[in-house]
Amino acid sequence: MQYLKARALADSAITFDFALSIGIEASALVHAAHLCLNKGIADGRLSGATEVMQAFCSVTLHYDCLATSQAILISQVEALLAEMNVAAQPAGRLWQMPCCYSGDFAPDMDYLAQRLAVDPAEIVALHSLTALVVHALGFLPGLPFMGGLPRSLALPRRAEPRTQVPAGSVAIANGLCVIYPWVSPGGWHILGNCPISLFDVDRAAPALLAAGDTVWFYPIDIDQHRDLATQLRAGRLDPLTFIKTAAQ
Amino acid sequence: MKRTLRVIEPGARTLVQDQGFKNVRGIGVPAGGVLDLTAMRLVNALLGNPEQTEVLEVALSSPCLRAEGGAVRVATSAGLCGVVRSAQGASRAIAEWTATWLNDGDELHLASPARGGVAVLGIGGGLDLPFVLGSRSTCDKAGFGGFKGRSLAKGDILPVRGPGPFDAKAGQADRVFRLIPRLAVGPIRVVAGPQPENFTDGAYATFFGAGYTVTVRMDRMGMRLAGERLEHSGPGAADIISDGAAPGAIQVPGNGLPIILLADAQTTGGYPKIATVIRADLPRLAACVPGDILRFTGVSVAEAEAAARAQARQLAEVTASIVETAWESRDPRALLELNLISGVVDMGRPNHFPGHIFDTDDDVEMC
Repeated sequence: MQYLKARALADSAITFDFALSIGIEASALVHAAHLCLNKGIADGRLSGATEVMQAFCSVTLHYDCLATSQAILISQVEALLAEMNVAAQPAGRLWQMPCCYSGDFAPDMDYLAQRLAVDPAEIVALHSLTALVVHALGFLPGLPFMGGLPRSLALPRRAEPRTQVPAGSVAIANGLCVIYPWVSPGGWHILGNCPISLFDVDRAAPALLAAGDTVWFYPIDIDQHRDLATQLRAGRLDPLTFIKTAAQ
Repeated sequence: MKRTLRVIEPGARTLVQDQGFKNVRGIGVPAGGVLDLTAMRLVNALLGNPEQTEVLEVALSSPCLRAEGGAVRVATSAGLCGVVRSAQGASRAIAEWTATWLNDGDELHLASPARGGVAVLGIGGGLDLPFVLGSRSTCDKAGFGGFKGRSLAKGDILPVRGPGPFDAKAGQADRVFRLIPRLAVGPIRVVAGPQPENFTDGAYATFFGAGYTVTVRMDRMGMRLAGERLEHSGPGAADIISDGAAPGAIQVPGNGLPIILLADAQTTGGYPKIATVIRADLPRLAACVPGDILRFTGVSVAEAEAAARAQARQLAEVTASIVETAWESRDPRALLELNLISGVVDMGRPNHFPGHIFDTDDDVEMC
């Protein structure tokens, strides 16, 4: 495997493109490259590289230019990628995550129903019957960008972003779905809320979800949301119990 | 007894920062860390600290701190000076780039950073705070790291770590550089890209020809510039599939006005980046204040890397030039010239200058 293009971020980092459009195929390539370069760093084969980060179609390798040079790193990356087997990557985990699609948790449901010409019950069915794949984490700590939404739920972002989106909001735009881990400004259409905390620095892995994971949402009502949130907050329920299949 | 620094006045935005979080961009956490890594290294050199020991990053107006439970050594960066007042009423001036002792009960009154910009205050031994994600930096947006995940507040008590390296001889001498650190002059050096194909040749000619003014809309995430608009190469060229960003990357949203990303910028961005500031010139960005005019010049990656090595050699020369200086040798007139009145701060929005990357403007990337 090889990258399509290497792009310098001056003497701080290099972005390697692996695909031209967002999707499962791009995600698999990028994920494989990410694992490959991370292993290269761990094995001491990318001396001076500090961190590799994956986006939708590319990975960015950050480095210390006092410890190496970009020219050396690029040739080392090419050697590592040449050995890489895309099929060898481990599959991500499968999650079943609760989502309340009602009331104040779904402020954009009526707009979505009107705009997409699909009634709310059908939106819930479409959204919760879809296997969403985490392409990348970004924008906020732990925020997953998930692809795989049906075309009938595709629409652009809101013209007027909200200044405050509640934590846990499940929102869609541009053919993708996100869960906001924190209260944040946001321009996506909110159709529900997931009570599980997506980021906690006290956990061994602070981000709950990882690129490559698959998420199925299942509908819960407002009472169930409240009960789950209470149990999770009190530590009586481990968020990892929402994993249905571990990584292979 | 545990040595501490008590926060008498917090300053407008005083944050514990070090070199930033490690290996976290992949989970959406900004690299963070101090805006001016060079200043952090130099104040730590004055203190005899490891070079990546956490510091207090000060912006707009400075904190007032009192040493309690023992003597504490502190060091000022460029643009930071003040007065030490003892409990007995004695006072002495502290210039920039100086490591000095605060005896038990001494108060450090710092003037606002020069021009209302950003400066750092080093602490001998560092602060006894937990590591979060490999760092003692503060991620105030998500409320973790540093001191309680936020900027300092009145009444906070900062635990000072261990016996500092100089505690055994808590004498009266300050430490200063004989060679004064100076920032480079001339245009800010950048490497074109990572998305050169999203801009016209004319955009590059404008970018390298025109000057851009730093606006008040700057914070730790980014610095918005005003000036001639930069033309994207075609319809849709103002949006890219989000890819990795780094401090110094200059993104250009649809309105054509560049934004230089800084330490707390989001990890990925969906606007094309016309150029990226080289590592050696990042400290110059930290020193910018609204109204400054930036000019840019293009260099190759190899030239950028050579500039970083040259800067590392200069820093080594500066840190090798540390000398001790007795308190008495200080010109007492300096005390009178200090401006101890804090700068004007919009306390409705104390997180640095009015205007924030999260303002709901059309040119703000929004998830």
